[in-house]
Amino acid sequence: MVEFEPKIIGFLCNWCSYAGADLAGVSRIQYPPNIRVIRVMCSGRVDPVIVLEMFANGADGVMVMGCHPGECHYLEGNLYAEWRIKMLKKLMACAGLEPERLRLEWVSAAEGSRFANMVKDFTNQLKGLGPSPLASEKPDETILASIRAAERAAGTSRLRTLVGREKELAEEENVYGEKVTQEEFDKLMDESVKEEHLRSRIYLLTKDKSMSVKELAKHLSVDTRVVLRHIVVLRRKGLLAMDRIEGISPLYVALEAR
Amino acid sequence: MSFGKPKIVCFVCNWAFTEQELAVSRIRKVADMSVVRVMCVGRIDPVIMLETFIKGADGVLLVGCAPPDCHFVEGNVYAELTVKVLKKLLVLADLEPERLEVRWVSPVEEVRFTGIIEDFAKQLKKLGPSPLAKEKYDVNILEDVSAAKNAVADFRLRALIGKEKELTRSVNAYGERISQIEFNALLDEVVKAEFIRHKILVLARKKPFSVRELAEVLNIKPAVVLRHILNMRRKGMIALANIDGATPLYEALEVR
Amino acid sequence: MADGKIGAVLVVGGGVAGVQAALDIADSGFKVYLIDRAPSIGGVMAQLDKTFPTNDCSMCILAPKLVEAGRQPNITLITNAEVTELSGKAGNFEVRIRKQSRYINEEKCNGCGLCAQKCPVEAVDAYNRGLNDRSAIYIEYPQAVPLKYMIDREKCIGCGICQEICRAEAVEYEQEDTETTLKIGSIILAPGFTSFDPRLKTEYGYGRFQNVVTSIEFERILNASGPYGGLILRPSEGEIPRKIAFIQCVGSRDAQLGNNYCSAACCMYSIKEAIIAKEHVPIELECTIFYMDIRAYGKEFDAYYNRAMEEHGVRFVRSRVADVGEDPLTSNLFVHYVEDGEPKTEEFGMVVLSVGMRPPENVEKLAEVLGIGLNRYEFCQTDTFSPIETSKPGIFVCGAFAAPKDIPESVAQASGAAAKAIAVIASERGKLITVKEYPPERDVSREEPRIGVFICHCGINIGGIVNVPEVVEHAKKLPDVVYAEENLYTCSQDTQVRIREKIRELNLNRVIVGACTPRTHEPLFRETLREQGLNTYLFEMANIRDQCSWVHMHEPERATEKAKDLVRSVVAKARLLEPLKKPVTSVIPVGLVIGGGVSGMTTALELARQGFEVHLVERAKELGGHLRHIYYLLGSENPQEMLRSIIEDVSENERIHVHLNTAIVDVKGYVGNFTTIIRSGGNEKQIEHGIIVVATGATEYEPTEYLYGIDSRVLTQRELEERLAKGQFNAKTVVMIQCVGSRNEERPNCSRICCSQAIKNALKIKELSPETEVYVLYKDIRTYGFKEDYYREAADKGVLFIRYDDEHKPRVTRENGKLMVLAWAPILKTWVPVEPDILALSVPAVPNANNEHLARMLKVPLTKDGFFLEAHMKLRPLDFATDGIFLCGLAHWPKPIEESISQACGAATRAATILSKKTLEVEGIVAHVDEDLCVGCGLCITLCPYSAIEKDETGIARVQEVLCKGCGTCGASCPKRAITMQQFTDAQIVAQGLAVLRGVVHG
Repeated sequence: MVEFEPKIIGFLCNWCSYAGADLAGVSRIQYPPNIRVIRVMCSGRVDPVIVLEMFANGADGVMVMGCHPGECHYLEGNLYAEWRIKMLKKLMACAGLEPERLRLEWVSAAEGSRFANMVKDFTNQLKGLGPSPLASEKPDETILASIRAAERAAGTSRLRTLVGREKELAEEENVYGEKVTQEEFDKLMDESVKEEHLRSRIYLLTKDKSMSVKELAKHLSVDTRVVLRHIVVLRRKGLLAMDRIEGISPLYVALEAR
Repeated sequence: MSFGKPKIVCFVCNWAFTEQELAVSRIRKVADMSVVRVMCVGRIDPVIMLETFIKGADGVLLVGCAPPDCHFVEGNVYAELTVKVLKKLLVLADLEPERLEVRWVSPVEEVRFTGIIEDFAKQLKKLGPSPLAKEKYDVNILEDVSAAKNAVADFRLRALIGKEKELTRSVNAYGERISQIEFNALLDEVVKAEFIRHKILVLARKKPFSVRELAEVLNIKPAVVLRHILNMRRKGMIALANIDGATPLYEALEVR
Repeated sequence: MADGKIGAVLVVGGGVAGVQAALDIADSGFKVYLIDRAPSIGGVMAQLDKTFPTNDCSMCILAPKLVEAGRQPNITLITNAEVTELSGKAGNFEVRIRKQSRYINEEKCNGCGLCAQKCPVEAVDAYNRGLNDRSAIYIEYPQAVPLKYMIDREKCIGCGICQEICRAEAVEYEQEDTETTLKIGSIILAPGFTSFDPRLKTEYGYGRFQNVVTSIEFERILNASGPYGGLILRPSEGEIPRKIAFIQCVGSRDAQLGNNYCSAACCMYSIKEAIIAKEHVPIELECTIFYMDIRAYGKEFDAYYNRAMEEHGVRFVRSRVADVGEDPLTSNLFVHYVEDGEPKTEEFGMVVLSVGMRPPENVEKLAEVLGIGLNRYEFCQTDTFSPIETSKPGIFVCGAFAAPKDIPESVAQASGAAAKAIAVIASERGKLITVKEYPPERDVSREEPRIGVFICHCGINIGGIVNVPEVVEHAKKLPDVVYAEENLYTCSQDTQVRIREKIRELNLNRVIVGACTPRTHEPLFRETLREQGLNTYLFEMANIRDQCSWVHMHEPERATEKAKDLVRSVVAKARLLEPLKKPVTSVIPVGLVIGGGVSGMTTALELARQGFEVHLVERAKELGGHLRHIYYLLGSENPQEMLRSIIEDVSENERIHVHLNTAIVDVKGYVGNFTTIIRSGGNEKQIEHGIIVVATGATEYEPTEYLYGIDSRVLTQRELEERLAKGQFNAKTVVMIQCVGSRNEERPNCSRICCSQAIKNALKIKELSPETEVYVLYKDIRTYGFKEDYYREAADKGVLFIRYDDEHKPRVTRENGKLMVLAWAPILKTWVPVEPDILALSVPAVPNANNEHLARMLKVPLTKDGFFLEAHMKLRPLDFATDGIFLCGLAHWPKPIEESISQACGAATRAATILSKKTLEVEGIVAHVDEDLCVGCGLCITLCPYSAIEKDETGIARVQEVLCKGCGTCGASCPKRAITMQQFTDAQIVAQGLAVLRGVVHG
């Protein structure tokens, strides 16, 4: 049997990690040829939606690399990268894709061997995990649907705002003059991620065909009351409407986002 | 231990002797001979010569045309320089350098092939059988000769062998001549360094080694071993395998 | 023309100081010749691993500056070179330069490095301080600028292999040393320093004991690209040490050697090395620093020192080490020292000698050729009020050659030297620089993508592993690719001509190069596009060398597959590329300087000398600031006289508009176009200007300690100074207490100037009244640099220095009208009473109360202590992260006059790089807001580190393009995904990824 060779997408910041990869090259440090590098100016540029898009299209692993904390060329873009990755890992867990398939590493321009080691290590780790369920010709449809929902969730204002405000909330006082502890924030984030993911799943499911609360609850293996609560929110946001009533069950359908 | 007929592999220049001269039966009485005819002794790869020892030859003999008579102009000069380096390596590998010789024949001298072989067989008899020819061959020497073989397979030594004549007898790229003494000093240094490095490589293929362990095995100063390790790392020959407490261990990297 | 001025500057020395000066000058419209004796620029900073106090990777922050210097069209780099002759005078010099042969044609060498791989000769690597070897043909370090190999002629045997193997035909064994004559208007000296040779301190065993290394060797050891790959190893046998001793002041503060001065940076670099060392090894490592005084006097240095002790567990032992011995069996080292009067011995695995700075090599010759004066230590002669001027007009100095100093001070001083050098030739601005003409840009907006792909063999660097023809064939089949070819070197001049031909012939509107890294080569190809009338952003690179052939040498097939993937990936992106315009803004050539102290006045004067109009705004009713209270100095200059002369210069200069009794009310706008409202009395006035310099100074701390304000005998040093100056001093006994209100819980950092101030006053007392007893109670005496001489002088004159620590702070009481000071005597282990007639408190300079207000108005940050925080503590000491706003003087951090003046000149230079341009053009990769999607939530505004986004009248986010640096953090967070990062759009990035994952480019 041919050994499984994972496909890795690497997002490298121009100033530190890309330079570190260059140094690995100049120093002829050998590492496995599994990574394909996409250069970005800053690790803070890496939009969570893009990362999930890579997974949806069959990436076995995604590596985001930036400058060490405090060394960001753009002062603190890497901090945002760190918060985004944290959020993304939660979303991946919700979607049933191993969060270990996503890695964030700091590599400086002087750390050619560190870069090589990171790639080597990640490649081996992914070999251990095996191919992504979305990597084959016929990807696992449930997980794919779930990842697509995660992708949609990562694009919602709620999650993006939360990530963007993490620093402010953690370091400064919020509008009420209170400080949010890291624990409180993490809890809030956990809940929001779960909710947004579920909502996105409902939204995407009802895009193809109208469904009842019961059907949705069954499909998603959650309580009908939970589904109903989310449907209320989605309707309020103008994302979902009642299509028709079958028997005593109202059927809902997704609306095109405005 | 008595030692009957030494095993000799003889590389003979195509232009030096006729078939008949080579086929003299008397030779078989003094030696267990293999004769390999080559277009020019200057073309025998040094790797093959050392490989011949590894395979168990007691002696390796090169017979070619005397310096002015080479059919390929300078092949014999190159052969001589190669043998010089190989002898240095054999010394390092603890194999008697007298097991490798080069003999020149000139059509005007009427030297007989049998005579050459008899002389060489005598020389080998004095040395006794090669430690690599015995059933229970000496593992250490085998490793050393393998290391030497890898060393001459490497670009650095070959480059120097190839350039010696030009540099010492003509002028270098700057139009200067390098004295033979100077060149020999450099060659000695490089031969030794390359031998040690390839020895380290042979060792580090078996298991990761620390500098101290290597120093002990090689019987040289740890600081010198460290220096070689650094050069080997730079050239991609070895890498840090892991760190055991305060001790870094190095492993060989496969083919470059 | 013989007497005319010449708009060019010679910068001698390509370390960080020289590079900064060169960049500033070239950026201000003058030609620069930057010469260095080494084969590459970068100096000592390029050898360092990390930098204090931020622990930034040194190469990471330096390399971009070096690359910029190599690329700047108006900087000519002349390496391996030195000055041999000088004639002429300020404004019009003629200088002869001797350039040593490299034996490599710099035009042809493309730095591929194949020669070094095949070179059979090994030589000791001097760059790594002899800790390992390199080949005889070499570059100093992988990121070397210029990236041109050089033959070590001493070692080279002339075998000819490099020439045979070099496909670029760059090896020229016949190349000879050359001499050239340059015409220049002024000269900046930045030759740096050499490290003290510790062999002269035989007692420390350097050169005899293998495991005794110098601090600079240790930097290389720590460095990931250094000899040991970033692991700390003992040279004796390659084991990781468990205990390291750092010995301070090796070759500094050493009267025996005649090096009485302090080298100023060693305390901090040793603390840094100790911290980093502990991070670099997988085992528990004990680091001990043996020191006399810890001189952590810089910005936030004490906080760093404290962290070293508390968080990292670095041990500090106050003792001068007597000698070092070795155990020949283990190669371990015995450090012999005296602590609390007792001799002690301790065993270490490694000893690092913190070697001091010495004047650069051959300094006498340099001084002789140039005709400049040296001080008693053979550093450059300068004065307090002219810290940048050498003794010869038109020649200026910066960096460690002026006095031992750390990186940020060198950088600030370099910018300062640039101001001085420019002032000599200000009238010649723009005359010697080349402005390239380009054809008009072709409009490709209506064209379908037509992509040309050029794949580089890089000699055999790529082609030896990757099957280049196969990659070319693959590229040809990709959508929108109309042409693909392979080149031996795509970067060579003839290929540039070819690319241009192909663009013209085939009407290409996108170009892709598959070769090495865009970090070094993108600008070259972009230039080629521009020369052919294509927008420079219609270009992409696939890095198939550094990321492919060089790192997958054993797997040619997979390397080829990867190369195809990488090329396909950028083709997918290229199809979506769009031409970008570089944002341009006009510049109002007027400066606003806030603060009328010596810093503000100096900045204003320097700007005026360069020909710019300046508004100088001062809150008080007169100019002069803190300097008004300084009556004498450690040296012989008269500060009040100097102040009068500076004020006179300012008042007489018609380009400077002084606004006294004036406050800043409001600041609007951005770099090049600020509008500020100032108020004086009841009148408000509006000023239009292009830059802002913050020079607001600091305030003296008003102590609450030690009966200050309660007992009239308790004074601050400044009050004591006034009495001494005005003849009101009369005391038999004076006690001085250092660090009153600083280096404590509330203010953890050192105020830098108080030690020198105390010694200045102590010396004055000894001068006026030799009988008076003076006691200085101190924690560490921090008379860094040449000020150490005065410390010694004070001690020689009988001033008593008694150290205290936090557990034994001095106690001051008043009983029956008697002032009593109890000082702890550490050796006697007892409290010693002194009854002073005057108790002088050394108090820190603290931030102005209104810093916060001003910072908010300018949208610039403050440090925890409340001083203004620059863009980068190491390399951008005078800039704020927000473009167009600069900083100098005490507002930045407490500092003596000469440093304030250096910074003030530097701030002027930094400002002039903007003011000298009619328009500012910035990188076109900027964020773009889709107004229809934006809901005005303002998240991007909080995220942007450059204050480049603001809300417009309608509440929608708007990017101020000239301020945007293109990081893209805003876009990745925008809740509505309304922000696009041009050249790195979501669609482009996704297309790149999908092209790889799906194996095809989708139409």
